[in-house]
Amino acid sequence: MADTFTQTLPEGVEARELGSEWMELNMGPQHPSTHGVLRIKLKLDGEVVRDSDMDIGYLHTGFEKSFEDKTYAQGIPFSDRMDYLAPPINNVGFTMAVEKLLDLEVPPRAQAIRVIMMELARIGSHLIWLGTGSLDLGAVSTFLYCWREREQILDLNEAYSGVRMMTSFTRVGGVAWDLPPGWLEQLQRFVDLFPSRVDDYEALLTNNPIWKQRTVGLGTISAAEAIEWGVTGPVLRGSGVDYDVRKAFPYCGYEQYDFNVPLGRAGDTYARYLCRVQEMRESIKILDQAIRTLPDGPWITDNRKVALPPRDELPQSMEAVIHHFRLVSEGFKPPAGDVYAFVESPRGELGFYMVSDGSNKPYRVKVRPPSFCNLQALSKMIEGRLMADVVAIIGSIDIILGDVDR
Amino acid sequence: MSDEDREVDGKPDQPTPLRGPDEGVPPHPEGKRPSVAADITALATGLKTTLGEFFSPAVTLEYPEDKSPRSERYRGRHYLRRYENGLERCIGCELCAAACPVGCILVIAAENTDENRVSPGERYAKTYEINMLRCIFCGYCEDACPVQAIVLGPEYELSDTSREKFIYTKEKLLEPLPPDVQARLDSKGPK
Repeated sequence: MADTFTQTLPEGVEARELGSEWMELNMGPQHPSTHGVLRIKLKLDGEVVRDSDMDIGYLHTGFEKSFEDKTYAQGIPFSDRMDYLAPPINNVGFTMAVEKLLDLEVPPRAQAIRVIMMELARIGSHLIWLGTGSLDLGAVSTFLYCWREREQILDLNEAYSGVRMMTSFTRVGGVAWDLPPGWLEQLQRFVDLFPSRVDDYEALLTNNPIWKQRTVGLGTISAAEAIEWGVTGPVLRGSGVDYDVRKAFPYCGYEQYDFNVPLGRAGDTYARYLCRVQEMRESIKILDQAIRTLPDGPWITDNRKVALPPRDELPQSMEAVIHHFRLVSEGFKPPAGDVYAFVESPRGELGFYMVSDGSNKPYRVKVRPPSFCNLQALSKMIEGRLMADVVAIIGSIDIILGDVDR
Repeated sequence: MSDEDREVDGKPDQPTPLRGPDEGVPPHPEGKRPSVAADITALATGLKTTLGEFFSPAVTLEYPEDKSPRSERYRGRHYLRRYENGLERCIGCELCAAACPVGCILVIAAENTDENRVSPGERYAKTYEINMLRCIFCGYCEDACPVQAIVLGPEYELSDTSREKFIYTKEKLLEPLPPDVQARLDSKGPK
C-alpha cells in the first residue's frame, strides 16, 4: 500500500526545489482593524510583509475646497468633521488661523475654555485609540471600559455645546457660549475619577504578557527615521523626540500650565501605548489646573466687526442690529495675506495654512493633517513583520481616515 | 524634571532587526521568555479589575425603553416659535438661510396685510423649509435669527421612511415645542 502515496517522477525529469512567490493581498477598505476606509496592498512572502502600498481617498469629502466657498465663520462646523474624534481641536486650529489673519486678541476666559475642551477631546480620542487598538488585539474589556469613560466626556461636550461630538464651539475671537452652571463641578468629578480608571486600563494591559508579546519591539521607527518621515505626535515622541506643539510653540495659554510631555525610547508599538496612556494623565493635570485658574470675564471678543453682538443688545441698539445683519449675511473681511496656525492634536501637529485675498471667504485653506503624515511611515514600520502584526501597528499610529482624506 | 524621568519605557534604543527573506517566524520580541510568575501576577491583576467590574452596577441603558436626558443646550430638531398672541415670530428676513453653512434652509417671504396678518412685522415667511438630510445641526440659524424665531429642540430620533419626509415644511416646524423647552425659552427673551 505504501507505493500508492509516493510519486515517481516521469522519465527524464529532475527533482528541483519549489520556488515561492510573493502574494498580493488587499487589506481593507472594509476591514475592521484599519480604523476606517483604508486599503493596504500588502505583498506577502508567506506571512511576512515584504512591501506595502497605501490606497487612500475613500473618505475624501473635499473640506479644503469647501472652505473656499464659505465665509470664515461658516468654515468652523466643517473643521469639526475632519478629525471626527477630536473635533474641538480642529475648531480651535481653524479659528486660530482666522484670528491670526485678523491679528485678533482672544479673551483669557475663552482661551481657558478652549484648553479645557481640547484636553477633554485629547483624552476622549486617546480613549478611543486605546479601546479599539486593544480590541484589535483581542482585549475586549479595555474597549468597554474606555467607551464608558468617553461617555462622560461626551456628556460634558453636550452640556457645554449642545452636541456630543461635533461641538463647533469656537467662534472667531473666542468661544460661542460661556460655561453652563454646574459644568465645572461635573468636570471636576470626571477629573477626580479618571486617574483611577487609567490605573484600571494599565492593570489590564501594561504588564499583561499577551499585550506585551503583541506590541513590544513591533513597528519600530527610530528617532531619525521618524523625523525624516515627518511623523508627529505620540508616534514621534514614542521614538524619543521631544516635540509637542503645546510646549514648543505654546498657544491658547498652554505656557501657564504645568505638564510634562512623556517620551518613549524604543519607538515601538508598546512605547507609543505608554506615551498615550501617560498623556492622558498629563491632560488630567492640565484640566485640574484649568478648573482652578479659570479667569472671569468675557468669553468672546468685543470687536463688533468680527463677533456677533450679545443677544440682549439687539432690541436696544440699532448699531448692534446692523452689525448683526452684516456679520451674518456677509461676514468679515480679513486683510490679504497668508498664515499658518498649528495645534497639537492627539495624533500630532495639525496645521491650517490659510490664504486671504481680502474678501469674506478664504482664498485657500490647506490642512496639514497629522494622520496623513503619520500614515506614510506605516510602510516602513510593517516591512519585514508578520501579517498579524500589521493590525497592531496600524492601531498604534492612531489614524483617522477623515483626517487623512479630508 | 529631567529627560530620564519623563521616559515612559526604560528600554534601550534597540529596535528588533527586520527579518530577511530566509528567516522564519520571528523570535520573541524581548529575546527571552518573561518570567512565568510575573506573567501570572500581571494576568491576575487584570482579572481582578474585570471581576471588580462584574459586581459593579451596569452603566448601560436599555434604549429605547430608557433614555438618557438631553442637556438644555442640545441641538436637535428645529422649531419655529410663535408669540403668546399666536402670531409667528419669523419675519422672513432670511438671515438663517444666509448663515447656514450647508444651505439647507429655504425662506420665501411675503408682505403682511391687515386682512392676513401672520407675524408682527412687515413681512412673514410664506415658505419655510429645512432639508433635514443636509442639516448638520451647527445651530448657526439659531444664532442668526434676530427675533429668536427658530430654535433647535431636544429631539434626536429623526429617522423616517422617505426622502420627501425629511423636507420639514412650515407646518411641521410650527408644531408646539416640548413644554419644558417652551417654559425655559419663555423665561428669557420677549414673549
